Amino acid sequence: MRSVRPILIWTALTAALAVPIAFAATSPLLAWRDPVYITAGLAGVVGLALLLVQPLLIGGYLPGPSAYRTRRLHRWIGGLLVAAVVIHVGALWITSPQDVIDVFLFQSPTPFSVWGVVALAAVFAAALLAALRRRLRLRPRTWRISHASLAAVTVVGTVVHAILIVGTMETVSKAALCGLVLAATTKVITDLRLWPKRSAAR
Amino acid sequence: MTTSLLNRRSLLAGGGYVMATGVSTLMAPARAEGLAPTLSMPGGSNNYHPGAPIVDRIGKGGFLMSGTVRRAGDGAPLAGQRIQMWAHTTEGYENQERSHGATLTDENGVFRLEIPQIIPAFGQPHGHFAYDSGAFKTVFLRIILTMWPATHLEGHFVLQPA
Repeated sequence: MRSVRPILIWTALTAALAVPIAFAATSPLLAWRDPVYITAGLAGVVGLALLLVQPLLIGGYLPGPSAYRTRRLHRWIGGLLVAAVVIHVGALWITSPQDVIDVFLFQSPTPFSVWGVVALAAVFAAALLAALRRRLRLRPRTWRISHASLAAVTVVGTVVHAILIVGTMETVSKAALCGLVLAATTKVITDLRLWPKRSAAR
Repeated sequence: MTTSLLNRRSLLAGGGYVMATGVSTLMAPARAEGLAPTLSMPGGSNNYHPGAPIVDRIGKGGFLMSGTVRRAGDGAPLAGQRIQMWAHTTEGYENQERSHGATLTDENGVFRLEIPQIIPAFGQPHGHFAYDSGAFKTVFLRIILTMWPATHLEGHFVLQPA
């Protein structure tokens, strides 16, 4: 039993990530998009998928690597996530600059894009906090609460952003991935007991 | 020590609330009823090319863009008004010349123009309509297809004197 469990967990994770990406990568809509626009969309999908890996890593839910390794991996994937967001927005900018400028001026007619901006700001701030961890000299608890709060905002913003979009992602696999991302984030924040109970707060 | 008021639950609840209201806003049909003038919509003029030619249809057609043009105040239909349209379709991007065209309203203030099939782009499938001929105030519409796939999109104008 003990030897089967890790295989099952890794298989399930691979499927949870690969299925929505595969659907998006083979969407019929791609026929009417050029490579830059296709890259923009897929970078967004990959970013959403990475949001599932992050809480699983830092919560130590994935069998195999040591705590030290999972933390390093979490940092690495955080970097990839920022890169995915930069590619996503950059390629959209090349495709239709006016639409992207509207989004950042909060003048966009599309509500989903505002959620994207919120998630972008939160993920950049979370990454900055991680990069400057030593230099900031925050109390470990303060740092954790700040980083986890920003991560939670990133997740909620991204999930709402993704759900509202009619695009290359297939609806059911998109909803499933979003559900898993929310569940994993909720679980890790609960398990890490970042927030003290109200009665113990004072 | 302070307690964070913005906890996980309130964030998720807030997200859910806005998601619900956001979705219902999207579901609302786009209309321009009554006698008040239609206002330009945010993003309405994105990828606008002034002076799109009057055409029988854009590209191979297959998707109907239609609507009405009326006068603010009394609601009288306005005939012979030039309405420009563009969208991301199976035949091109919004910013490409071949995705743009215009038509005139008939005596009932109704206009109809076939364009190629609209494809979801920038998050939601949508089409642009513009009145920009000078006699009345310019209006730019960016209307979202609440259902997709679909083969019809309406844009309605109530114009006020320039």
